[in-house]
Amino acid sequence: MAQGSWVKLDDYRTVAPRGAVDFLLRMGERLRGRRFVHVSASRYGGGGVEVLNRLVPILNDLGIETNWEIVIGGADFDATANAVGKGLAGIEQVITETMLQNLQATSLDNARRLRPEGDLVMVHDAAPLLLVEGRSSGGCWVWRYHGDLSSPQSKLWNALRPFAQKYDGAVFSLARFAAPVSVPRFLIQPSIDPLSERNRDMTRGEQASQLERLRVPRDKPILLQVGPFERLHDPLGVVNAYRLVKKHHDVRLVLAGAAPGPGGGVLDEVREAASRDPDIIVLGLPPDPQTELNALERAAAIVIQKPQRTDFGVDVAAAMWKGKPVIGSLAGGLPDQIVFNVTGYTVETVEGAAFRIRHLLGNPELIGRMGAAGREHVRRNFLITRHLGDYLALLAHLTR
Amino acid sequence: MSTAQPFVFHGCAELRELLGYEAHDAHELLGQVQRVPVESIFCHTAGFLLQRVVIAEAYPNDFALWTATELRDRRLTERLAAVDPFQSGSVEAVRAELVSTIEDHLQHLSAAPARTQGEPFRFFRTHLVPVPTGHQARTLREFRDSLAEVDASALFFHIIEARYRLERGRGDFAEWIDTALGLADLATRLGHIDPYAGSLERIRDRHLSVLNRALEEERG
Repeated sequence: MAQGSWVKLDDYRTVAPRGAVDFLLRMGERLRGRRFVHVSASRYGGGGVEVLNRLVPILNDLGIETNWEIVIGGADFDATANAVGKGLAGIEQVITETMLQNLQATSLDNARRLRPEGDLVMVHDAAPLLLVEGRSSGGCWVWRYHGDLSSPQSKLWNALRPFAQKYDGAVFSLARFAAPVSVPRFLIQPSIDPLSERNRDMTRGEQASQLERLRVPRDKPILLQVGPFERLHDPLGVVNAYRLVKKHHDVRLVLAGAAPGPGGGVLDEVREAASRDPDIIVLGLPPDPQTELNALERAAAIVIQKPQRTDFGVDVAAAMWKGKPVIGSLAGGLPDQIVFNVTGYTVETVEGAAFRIRHLLGNPELIGRMGAAGREHVRRNFLITRHLGDYLALLAHLTR
Repeated sequence: MSTAQPFVFHGCAELRELLGYEAHDAHELLGQVQRVPVESIFCHTAGFLLQRVVIAEAYPNDFALWTATELRDRRLTERLAAVDPFQSGSVEAVRAELVSTIEDHLQHLSAAPARTQGEPFRFFRTHLVPVPTGHQARTLREFRDSLAEVDASALFFHIIEARYRLERGRGDFAEWIDTALGLADLATRLGHIDPYAGSLERIRDRHLSVLNRALEEERG
């Protein structure tokens, strides 16, 4: 199976919609020779930039000279960038004038060091936003914000908006995530990579050995939620929904996620709830648990995603790609991925989640039908091939 | 070997741009429909086909979908759903029909129009980037084979974009089949396929079944 950066666009022929790979190759021919530069604060760690690990080599294969630069700074810069990211997401932060000055100075240092020059320069997220101050002439610059900018901390946004407006455009994941800015706003949704370790096909044998290693038996239908053990992801609400279902169906609940950061964690409460019920399995996942998540999602009968607040939440697409119906909350981009009554259900309450789970367990033919519809929905809308096409369209449109 | 001018299949990449117009009720919707660039009307009455949903939505344009889900105004929804871009002649004519439909609806309301408690209607426009797919055809068989393989956006470009925005009559497929291959009856049959079949893949399937039948008839 294709892995790592040497994956070619041709490898996606078996998973992409028919004609899509040929079309992308033709688009690449049309744009051959253009220069595309990405700048972000990191190559990993969430926020939507990881997909560049796969997209950048493919863009280069297509003849589009693509570079991916990383801004660097001291501990102060990292702390400020982290606080600014949270503040823009609407989580109240203390951000002083000195912190912003530090951000600006570090950005100017990085602009001098990197000198990003291309036909299109895409700056990802909050940390490198101020890099635009040091832009040289020529080429289009766009700011790609991956999160929800609909309700930022207002004082912070007032300070940063003038910088966002120095770009030639801004790219958001959803219309309702977009902040009002005076430059054109484009929409590009996130995607999943069907050839990644998280989403690649897996043999039954490998799946069984992964589940054995995780100590997850398969003798009962599995309800799965993947997400951090934090209040915002409502694992206790999922436990309560499971308990309502358990009165009628013999199922097992698996809650899998990373251990919580300081504050807001509910891992102890979840463990306490699980300690009285052997059919609740709480899995603390290791760092980068791609293979484990792949196996768990394939083993699940129904996947639940019940965050109270999230960004696009592309985990939903990852579960649907494995042919699973998803019951999700209305947070973030979940309603944009779940087609109600076709690929799953969106719900507002614990009772609503339980009702939909019971409905699916009581009508098992629906599980298969919705799972198949979900996989097809992802194939057409949320694969990396669509994402690549969107980037090529942006490059063609802005550099025409 | 046919001497017909080949049909060159073009697909299109789509880039969505969010405009600064929003509506929270039917009255605001009317004002914004009158105001937005014409490309936005095209986007909301045809562009959804490029979004590739897995089901045929109950209503065939974004305006009707929004009044159904957010305003829960069934009467307005049904009337907006009946606006047919392929009969209207131009995108501006569609705008005029939308405006007169909403105006008439508002005039007959006995109370203030319902206001969304959830999502406002946000206006977009679509930038299309046409790209040759590399497929071309000189014969009916080659045409059928290419149509089965091309990216679905080629159906949007040659049928929806051609007929509706570029006002090229019955669309590029029917036009070529008639003028280059001299198959007027087949062109008429293709021209009668409802572009609102629900998705581009369904439109493709309907074209392929008409073409397959024609090829069987040709074989005798």
